[in-house]
Amino acid sequence: MGRKILFITTDQQRYDTVGANGGTIARTPVVDKLAAEGIRYERCQPSSVVCMPSRASMLTGQFPTTHGAWMNGVALRVDAPSFAEELHDAGYATALIGKSHFEPFLDVFGRFAENSFAQLGIPTIEQPWFDGRMGPHRGFDHMEFATHGIARTLHYGKFITEEHPEYLTSFYPNLNMELNVNDMGGGDTGAVQAWSNDIPRELYHTDWIADRTINWLEQQNEDSDWFCWMSFPDPHHPWDPPKSEVGRIDWKDVPLPENYPESASERETLLDQKAAHWRLWYDGKLVSNYEAPKHWVPSSLTADQLREITALNAVEIELIDEAIGRVLKTIEAKGWTDDVDIVFTTDHGELGGDFGLLFKGAYHVDGLMRLPLIWKPAPSSNTSPAVVSAPVSLVSLAATFMQVAGLPTPEYVEAGPLPVDNDDAKQRNFDATITEWDSDLFGVSVHVRTALTNEFMLTRYQKGTVHDGSEGELYNMIDDPLQRVNLFNDPAYAAVQAELDERLRSHEERPADRATPGIVVAPV
Amino acid sequence: MNVQGGCVASIRQQIRIAADPDTVWDIIKVPESQPDWFPGIIKATYDPETRIRVITVSMGVDMPEEILTVDPTLRRFAYKITAPLYSFHYGIIDVIEIAPNDTLCIYSTTAEPEVLALLIGAGTMGALEKIKEIAEQKVKK
Repeated sequence: MGRKILFITTDQQRYDTVGANGGTIARTPVVDKLAAEGIRYERCQPSSVVCMPSRASMLTGQFPTTHGAWMNGVALRVDAPSFAEELHDAGYATALIGKSHFEPFLDVFGRFAENSFAQLGIPTIEQPWFDGRMGPHRGFDHMEFATHGIARTLHYGKFITEEHPEYLTSFYPNLNMELNVNDMGGGDTGAVQAWSNDIPRELYHTDWIADRTINWLEQQNEDSDWFCWMSFPDPHHPWDPPKSEVGRIDWKDVPLPENYPESASERETLLDQKAAHWRLWYDGKLVSNYEAPKHWVPSSLTADQLREITALNAVEIELIDEAIGRVLKTIEAKGWTDDVDIVFTTDHGELGGDFGLLFKGAYHVDGLMRLPLIWKPAPSSNTSPAVVSAPVSLVSLAATFMQVAGLPTPEYVEAGPLPVDNDDAKQRNFDATITEWDSDLFGVSVHVRTALTNEFMLTRYQKGTVHDGSEGELYNMIDDPLQRVNLFNDPAYAAVQAELDERLRSHEERPADRATPGIVVAPV
Repeated sequence: MNVQGGCVASIRQQIRIAADPDTVWDIIKVPESQPDWFPGIIKATYDPETRIRVITVSMGVDMPEEILTVDPTLRRFAYKITAPLYSFHYGIIDVIEIAPNDTLCIYSTTAEPEVLALLIGAGTMGALEKIKEIAEQKVKK
């Protein structure tokens, strides 16, 4: 019997929304306890700041330019590597419950397996993988899907449609009639994507995912090895938690984010230091990517709207924390606690009002790039609690799960297992991370690469619709932790810039068996 | 894909097929044959009087379409989706002879809103691949 693994992900959650990371709005006692008893990472970066490439990196242990799912709307190829396959082949029972998003959601012709399982009737379907092995998909024996709101092609959507149709229209409509991300306002302040949701808490997708996870865990034998990826769609927008829970946090009491200057002129001065697409988006002149509402103009965001969004976001985070608590009680009741590794993280962050912006896009700053990551190794492993300040990447997760399972690190992964403390990080050269962005949709292309160390962050813009390839941003992460002063091309930092440029060059030229970049078949 | 103002988007997919153009055209020209060669379309009915074809996609949605042209001389099949979700749609399949036993098949989609053009346009590549497979199998026989 080996160590079991509970992998918990949220979607679009900021580092500073977790109590253990200094968050003060949402109460997260369950995750805070995991942090106190385990390893808390202070500098975890995603491979990409949107869902599909980042999630594909978690599964494959590869960067988007290697696995080929380079932007939202590009499916991860069906024969891509998968740590779940390795675990499955080693005898682990493997499950993914919640949001997967390795394949596009908008799928008119039903081309993708993830969108077909719910309609086929049962979550565990015996059908061959691409290479003839059996199981639903990508190494998982069991998959039950949910996403933001109601997608009738997924299990949660089917559950609500068939058993509680009275709540079908309770959720915020994610897309408008143009099938673009909706800009409709709601809540008390008319804030974009804020919404009052009539659904009872016990039917909301957060609790449904915990219920389905508990159900799966209860079916496992006491001595079986298992891996369960419990993947919550929240606190990704829309911000539409159950109405019954909204009163937990009065938005009027919520402080404005540290990186949201109330003065419009101060915001504009900060934005003007950055590459052109920042200010163009703020002014409503260019929406560089699909993930932000096409018709929403960030400069229209008011302080009260931001307070309300922050409060709703925090409510969603509290619900997740409580849902995790219920799952951990099941693990305890089964007598597994000593042998279960628990990893908690998210796929990318949320701008959350920083510089007056919301949502996400090709904006490589801490709001989107600094992620909560907590690993509580199984107590039986006798790993000491630690705080790791060295930069680490979600790309390390695949190798970490292999290590926990006692399996060798596969050759295809591009990062080794997570360090267990700073000494380990130093010994294994965890001194920088890379984040990629590539998008090319409806005539707008943006290509960005960022290298981050504990001291500096360098972002380079490659040639695209509004960039000529010469732009960049360089921030001193110690003196300027909010990334407000752009030092790019400042002669005083020429050596630093050159060193980080070299890291980017090495990344681009790294030897890797790269997949052909996939085709964009949907916007998301 | 190119966008020239507004929300209308155009997508063009193309494929070379080792078959003569008439073989390719024979596959495409019958309106109700679409489920045979367009992955994800599971049913099609056609009323020649109204020139309305109704397709059913595998996600269970019905989409009405008006057939605009079935031109055997040009070997051009043109139609528009009339479902309310689309404010504009124009789909054209052209079959062009390049050389003996060498045909170029082009599937163009122009639509508003642009997201729907992307979704339909992505499906048309699968259709071209299937048309190629069917045509080349016919040639082998």
